[in-house]
Amino acid sequence: MPELRDLYQEVILEHSKAPRNYKEPAGTNHKAEGYNPLCGDRFTVYLEMDGDAIRDIGFQGAGCAISKASASMMTQSVKGKTKAEAHRIFEQFHELVTGHSHEHEAELGKLAVFSGVSEFPMRVKCATLAWHTLEAALEGQQEKVSTE
Amino acid sequence: MSAAAAVPIRERAAVQQPFDVEGIRKDFPILHTKVHGHPLVYLDNAATSQKPRTVIDAIVRYYEGENANIHRGVHYLSQIATEEFEKARETVRAFVNAAQASEIIFTRGTTEAINLVAQTYGRAHVGAGDEVLITAMEHHSNIVPWQMLCEEKGAKLRVAPINDAGELLLEEYEKLLGPRTKVVAVAHVSNALGTINPLKRMVAMAHKRGIPVVVDGAQAVPHLAVDVQDLDADFYAFSGHKMYGPTGIGVLYGKHALLDAMPPYQGGGDMISSVTFEKTTYNKLPHKFEAGTPDMAGVAGLKAAIEYMNGIGIAKIAAHEHELLEYATEVVGALPGVRLIGTAREKAGVLSFVLDEVHPHDIGTILDQQGIAVRTGHHCAQPVMERFRIPATVRASFAVYNTRGEVDALVRGLRKVREVFA
Ligand SMILES: Cc1ncc(COP(=O)(O)O)c(C=O)c1O
Repeated sequence: MPELRDLYQEVILEHSKAPRNYKEPAGTNHKAEGYNPLCGDRFTVYLEMDGDAIRDIGFQGAGCAISKASASMMTQSVKGKTKAEAHRIFEQFHELVTGHSHEHEAELGKLAVFSGVSEFPMRVKCATLAWHTLEAALEGQQEKVSTE
Repeated sequence: MSAAAAVPIRERAAVQQPFDVEGIRKDFPILHTKVHGHPLVYLDNAATSQKPRTVIDAIVRYYEGENANIHRGVHYLSQIATEEFEKARETVRAFVNAAQASEIIFTRGTTEAINLVAQTYGRAHVGAGDEVLITAMEHHSNIVPWQMLCEEKGAKLRVAPINDAGELLLEEYEKLLGPRTKVVAVAHVSNALGTINPLKRMVAMAHKRGIPVVVDGAQAVPHLAVDVQDLDADFYAFSGHKMYGPTGIGVLYGKHALLDAMPPYQGGGDMISSVTFEKTTYNKLPHKFEAGTPDMAGVAGLKAAIEYMNGIGIAKIAAHEHELLEYATEVVGALPGVRLIGTAREKAGVLSFVLDEVHPHDIGTILDQQGIAVRTGHHCAQPVMERFRIPATVRASFAVYNTRGEVDALVRGLRKVREVFA
């Protein structure tokens, strides 16, 4: 039986209560809005890109603890990375939360706290909403992304 | 307001008689399920109710003993199936007290019934510059079909507002009934807030101006005695699956004269009386609106569901549910940080709330771990969420088989939410 504590780890709860990079960076030159119509979660991800590199990143919006903590920790993990690196982290993260593979857990560092999500399939969309939004912002898509 | 349609449930609750909820629970096989090692506490009845054994058996009996296409064959089984189908129509007629069985049209559910009215009556009567009036507490299925119609016709969708308790502002509603209003579409009971609308007065106000009223009864029929003639509703839609019946079957009641004058909805078999390549003559009511082979097993199940409800007595069901709702309102409302959404004086079946700092989705997961099924989200009523400036609520909704013990389990579950988020 999946355990609640596997999902709601301390780090996750802490980030959901005090999200990092919860701002629109002054130099924002890319942004995208993500929306999960099922639960009403809605985030905007802001990027200050310097060529291919993410110089600064922030997010704002409202959502459940999982989606908020995921957004917060995402901003920390991709800040300073290139587009390709950010994309690769998302791939590994996606494999982790969908339970397809835990082989990158070590590489994912702090993000590994989300491994418990794989026991709660209904919550995968919460954990990945900010990431999908990041991808859209990186690709410069203008339309809203939706997890539905 | 007359007894059948609109006596507040609170007053009916006064006629308390012993109510054997444990006996009723035995009628529902699924209630004995364990979820994550806990007994199932099913509080998502507004989404769909569970089914008693008699309904499940009726469906099995249909397939084992009666299955044949109706209205088509001269053979024995077809005749039996046709007779049973039409008997069920009569059962539904009596259940909502329609004047004639031909006013009962079987549909897939409330959604299809409302779309049927919008696409037939609506398209025939709503034109450019006209208005369709709904309320701020409608389910998406009583918004979008009208929006589509308005878009097609260049008409305008008007919305009667609600107050902070989730009650319709009746004077505002009346003011919005104007010379261009061609249809009123309103929920009898709100699925997101539980509000019971003063339907009889709303219908009378609309009729004074010659405007027909389409009622979304999806959340009313499971909880209150509905009398379409007493309400004087022109159309009344509901779903079998929310009233202990199967999925895939629902009902549109319509006044005979209106239905008769309406163009058909879908074309096909059964809805015609003769077809040539030059001209088709449509069948008489109700068949004109039942194109194609219907859900015959679903109809058998719906009949059994109505018989089940009648067997207990709708007044007793209402009284039991009302007592539970009052108890839940009191004990959940007393928890620190809880804000109830929908505090109308007249309510049925639904307790919607938010909890400070904790998103409904997280609450839903934590409750589920304790075997408690609630709905979290916008309940297909996004405009209601916007009105209360919240993204979502937690909704506990009650049925005849719920107990005070289950309400206590919900309270324990919510304390656990607090612990996790402490
Ligand atoms: C008030 C209300 N109207 C309409 C519907 C739609 O019913 P159905 O999905 O059975 O067509 C529902 C249920 O979801 C409802 O609660």
